[in-house]
Amino acid sequence: MRVAGKGLVDRSTTVSFRFDGQSLAGHPGDTLASALLANGVKLVGRSFKYHRPRGILTAGSEEPNALVEVLEGNQQTPNVRATVQEIFEGLTAQSQNRWPSLRHDLLSVNDLAAPFLSAGFYYKTFMWPRAFWEKLYEPAIRRAAGLGRLSGRHDGAVYEKAWAHCDLLVIGSGPTGLMAALTAARAGADVILADEDARMGGRLLAETGQVGGQSGPDWVAGVLAELAALPNVRLMTRTTVTGAYDDGTFGALERVGLHLAPQADLPRECFWRIVARRTVLAAGALERPIAFRNNDRPGIMLAGAIRSFLNRYGVAAGQRVTLFANSDAARQTARDLQAAGIPVAGVIDPRPDASPSEEFPVYAGAEVIDTAGRLALSEITIRHKGSVTRIETDLLGLSGGWNPTLHLTCHMNGRPIWSPEIAAFVPAPNAVPGLIPAGSAAGVFSTARCLADGVAAARRALAGIGQRAPDVPVPEAEDGSYELQPLWAVPGKGRAWLDFANDVTVKDVRLSVQENFRSVEHMKRYTTQGMAPDQGKNSNVAALAVLADATGRGIPETGTTTFRPPFSPVSIAAMGAGGRAAGFAPQRFLTSDQASRDRGAPMIEAGLWYRPGYFPRPGETTWRESCDREVAMVRSTVGVTDVSTLGKIDIQGADAARFLDLVYTNTFSTLPVGRVRYGLMLREDGMVLDDGTTARLDEHHFLMTTTTAAAGQVMRHLDFVQQAFCAAWDVRTISVTETWAQFAVAGPLARRLLSGFLETPAGLPFMGCAAVRLGGVAARLFRISFSGEEGYEIAVPARYGEALFRDLVARAETLGGGAYGMEALNVLRIEKGFITHAEIHGRVTAFDIGLDRMVSPAKDCIGKAASRRPGLTGPEREQLVGLRSKSGAAITAGAHLFTPGDAVGRETGQGYVTSVGFSPTLGAWLALGFLKNGRARIGETVRLVDHLRGIDVLCEVADPVFHDREGVKLRA
Amino acid sequence: MPDLIAKPPLAGAAALTLAGVTLAMADPGQITSVAPFRGQDKALGKALKALGLSFPAPNQVMSHGDVRLVWTGRDQAFLIGAEPRGLAGLAALTDQSDGWAALRLDGPGAVDVLARLYPLDLRAAAFPVGRVARAPFNHMSSILMRPGPHSFEILVFRSMAHTAWHEAGAAMRALAARAATG
Amino acid sequence: MRIPCPLCGPRDRREFYYYGAEDYLHRPAPDAPPEAWDAYLHLRDNPAGITRDLWYHETGCTAWLLVTRNTVTHEILEVALVAGRTAPKPARGRRAAP
Repeated sequence: MRVAGKGLVDRSTTVSFRFDGQSLAGHPGDTLASALLANGVKLVGRSFKYHRPRGILTAGSEEPNALVEVLEGNQQTPNVRATVQEIFEGLTAQSQNRWPSLRHDLLSVNDLAAPFLSAGFYYKTFMWPRAFWEKLYEPAIRRAAGLGRLSGRHDGAVYEKAWAHCDLLVIGSGPTGLMAALTAARAGADVILADEDARMGGRLLAETGQVGGQSGPDWVAGVLAELAALPNVRLMTRTTVTGAYDDGTFGALERVGLHLAPQADLPRECFWRIVARRTVLAAGALERPIAFRNNDRPGIMLAGAIRSFLNRYGVAAGQRVTLFANSDAARQTARDLQAAGIPVAGVIDPRPDASPSEEFPVYAGAEVIDTAGRLALSEITIRHKGSVTRIETDLLGLSGGWNPTLHLTCHMNGRPIWSPEIAAFVPAPNAVPGLIPAGSAAGVFSTARCLADGVAAARRALAGIGQRAPDVPVPEAEDGSYELQPLWAVPGKGRAWLDFANDVTVKDVRLSVQENFRSVEHMKRYTTQGMAPDQGKNSNVAALAVLADATGRGIPETGTTTFRPPFSPVSIAAMGAGGRAAGFAPQRFLTSDQASRDRGAPMIEAGLWYRPGYFPRPGETTWRESCDREVAMVRSTVGVTDVSTLGKIDIQGADAARFLDLVYTNTFSTLPVGRVRYGLMLREDGMVLDDGTTARLDEHHFLMTTTTAAAGQVMRHLDFVQQAFCAAWDVRTISVTETWAQFAVAGPLARRLLSGFLETPAGLPFMGCAAVRLGGVAARLFRISFSGEEGYEIAVPARYGEALFRDLVARAETLGGGAYGMEALNVLRIEKGFITHAEIHGRVTAFDIGLDRMVSPAKDCIGKAASRRPGLTGPEREQLVGLRSKSGAAITAGAHLFTPGDAVGRETGQGYVTSVGFSPTLGAWLALGFLKNGRARIGETVRLVDHLRGIDVLCEVADPVFHDREGVKLRA
Repeated sequence: MPDLIAKPPLAGAAALTLAGVTLAMADPGQITSVAPFRGQDKALGKALKALGLSFPAPNQVMSHGDVRLVWTGRDQAFLIGAEPRGLAGLAALTDQSDGWAALRLDGPGAVDVLARLYPLDLRAAAFPVGRVARAPFNHMSSILMRPGPHSFEILVFRSMAHTAWHEAGAAMRALAARAATG
Repeated sequence: MRIPCPLCGPRDRREFYYYGAEDYLHRPAPDAPPEAWDAYLHLRDNPAGITRDLWYHETGCTAWLLVTRNTVTHEILEVALVAGRTAPKPARGRRAAP
């Protein structure tokens, strides 16, 4: 019910929304929780395990009960806290974890079965038969328990990520945070003030006390106006700082569009990484409930939350209110309600010396021992002066004291310290380097002291980075004392709730101790205490106190569990913002990309690159037909393919040749200018890193090519070798992969094709290179081959790539050839026994691939020493071989090899297959693979088994070079 | 002789203006990487002086008219907008003109767009006008320059021009949608 | 985590590639006994406290860095260029050529 004249919501405008199918109205500034309470809706959800009726406990992000599903188009967002979700026109929400309806939930039988369902029940009960767990028990339990549900549909909404940097990050905009931000802002520091709430001001929006002679909200508005006008201040509302990380980095979740109807391009959320030189944690404190029998009914709420709903939203959450609190401070709730005309039926105060009041009845030394009301609170039972009394009430406010919101101070291993004065944990000093907890977050519990602490914290923070801040005058405000008598749980029978969100009771914690799960970490896992979405914000300290009591230890000795990021739930979509679909990795397009697509080539991903798979011709219905044709074309006429994806590294300097001798196993200092040599590169541990050709363009100028897959890795390796071992050498490297578009022209007619417009090819020997000109364009020509045919690669500056590709393909077509794609390229190189990273996958040596003679005995090179070590050579090694399917049946990469007659098993494995293809040249399925002692087994038969694809084929072991072993065609 | 028509890295990308920011492809002209050879620092300095330039310190851009010498990494700078006249033999020179795609972001909101693409501190004190940074543009290697308080020039690998354009545009669309909500 | 690159300034750790312990800088002589190569390649301490390891500013200046840091507090104590230079000009080469 709304209270006339109260609250900060805009009563002049009405916003309609739906909850569980019912159309309701609220006002701008309402949360779903305040709007529901204003409409008299108290029952909002069902509990996790027992399906108990639950209402709204808090007015903030710590809410454990009022979790709802928000429906948006075809999306359904579960576990949205009604106390955080702002209403907007058309908002549709529904309760969760109930069936068929919130009022009549069939699974509330769990509540009747409660005696059997205590902590550990599932562990103990559903153990046998073992096979039932996955198929029966777990699915059934998951259906019964749990929270909301996702739609199961793709979420197409936009999520954003962003970075921000500042001198001072202030977390929380209550009295402490505002003064800290103001102090730093006036000093000229770059300030970010972040608050999870839609509106800044913290508790000042929820209290009636004056600040500097103004109402709290008015004072807040004045400070915010000053801050907003300063260019060095960034105000971030709806932004929860969720984690503290190394070196002043914080994660923060901004709810950008969740308070609005969905709009195209408007992000739902933004995940910020904020880097701050200093931080003031002014996150305030969280009020804690008290455990007693049936303390979880709708209508039982934290005392401070009742004030929030009344003073900020103008909502009376009940009509006849009682209060159960162990401090004087909480009585403000009773005073505010009385002042608003809402009767207070009694204040139950466990302190025997609690002071009486003129305004409302005070039951000193009394405790609430039970409550009644099936779907909403109707009465409480209290024990007072030895007798038991019932009081009719529809709203019971609880206050067991306040816990500083110190979670972020624990994110880097900080352990909070127990403060007996306030019966709460406070942050340990320097728990997060550069972060200063201040105000209530540091255990300072009066408005006046918070305001002063904000100034002090900002000055301290700025002093740490060498900036001076003015001493901002602190306005006058409430400065009451905070004295409480700790009360965690009222002794008695029945279930008294600690963790509302996970349905953990005092009894469960005691049972955990009985079963010897006495350490706080064991108790947590045994009972699931603190493991719900609220992460124990409302309950951990009380649960610890109960555990301490049950084990006979003190709270400080019992210790706490660890608060870890995130402070409050963060959607995976927000954390992964920008990384979905095309955002996952950059797409690299060849200069010939459009030309290939124009010819109908399907593009396949090769690392980040998109390369044409094959170029279908009319009448071809499968990729194999196209591939077979393209292979035959290269073998008989001429083919053109884009090889620009190969890494190209320009190496210059007087020591360039010497440098290549160090990184390659073979010698490059002897390579003549104008010639190309194949090189093998090892890692220092003796395994093959990469292979490729390197051309000597000039005395001190080389061009290295790497495989597509390892281009980045090789660059990193070269940089390391150079900087670590020969920084004094005169050698300079830079990638030119992107600078040149390079095309292979291969086949018996390759020279004829190029002679159509170039003079050079006639004289260019195999493994030669030359600078050529195409009209006015400087180009490079290499006579190298990855196909086994006479082959050339011609490189032009990338801007001419597309034009050259189109031209070469057209010329090839007039000669009966054409373009060929990755599929044919792969078959051609398998026929020729050329390796790729399918073979040099990081676990093979030069010996394994039959190239150990390339490790020069005359010089040192990276990886040489290790490549000689025992175990990396010899007959026990799996060695590169060719394989040919004997029956003609298809074979697959990834298959394993066995000796025929042996049992098929891990122990009997003889090797594996790395590459396969159907060779139209030989009319057979060919493969490359690794076989134990393989070079000595050529001509033998092995059994190829692929259990995944159901393949079991006999193969003949062959030399890896199937085609033109003597290299006659290459050198033609 | 083949008729070699030059193509820009991203054909047909019309300038996009959103949220007070204009994204456009740019043509920086000739780019040559200059990596001083050992012991040639002095001679190189002299040769650069003739071009009105000197070798930049890390994160610096030296300019003379339209010609820039931009620090691009350890012992390396890019000469942009001129032939590397007189530098041969003094430094490893490599033509990089075709290796990069250049994007411009202009407008008061440019910093906000970049905050969604770069993990960098772009506040004026940390990244003033005239500065360059080697830094990742999302997952892409890039060179970021600040020719004006609200102007930025980005070089990314040519093959990634499409992704860079798309990602900058996505950040701008989100910012425009934010602005529209007030 | 942020690493102050001697060339680029403080940068987020996602710009860097991690390699391993400083040991990789101390390459044995080519004819050193297998034990020396084994130690160089494979034997590592796992200190709780100060450690020195190698990072590559992969999406930045491409300098290899020797980072001294504390594995317990995560504090970064010193960052030096592996190549032993802080600017393009000064003396080159901190290690003898192999």
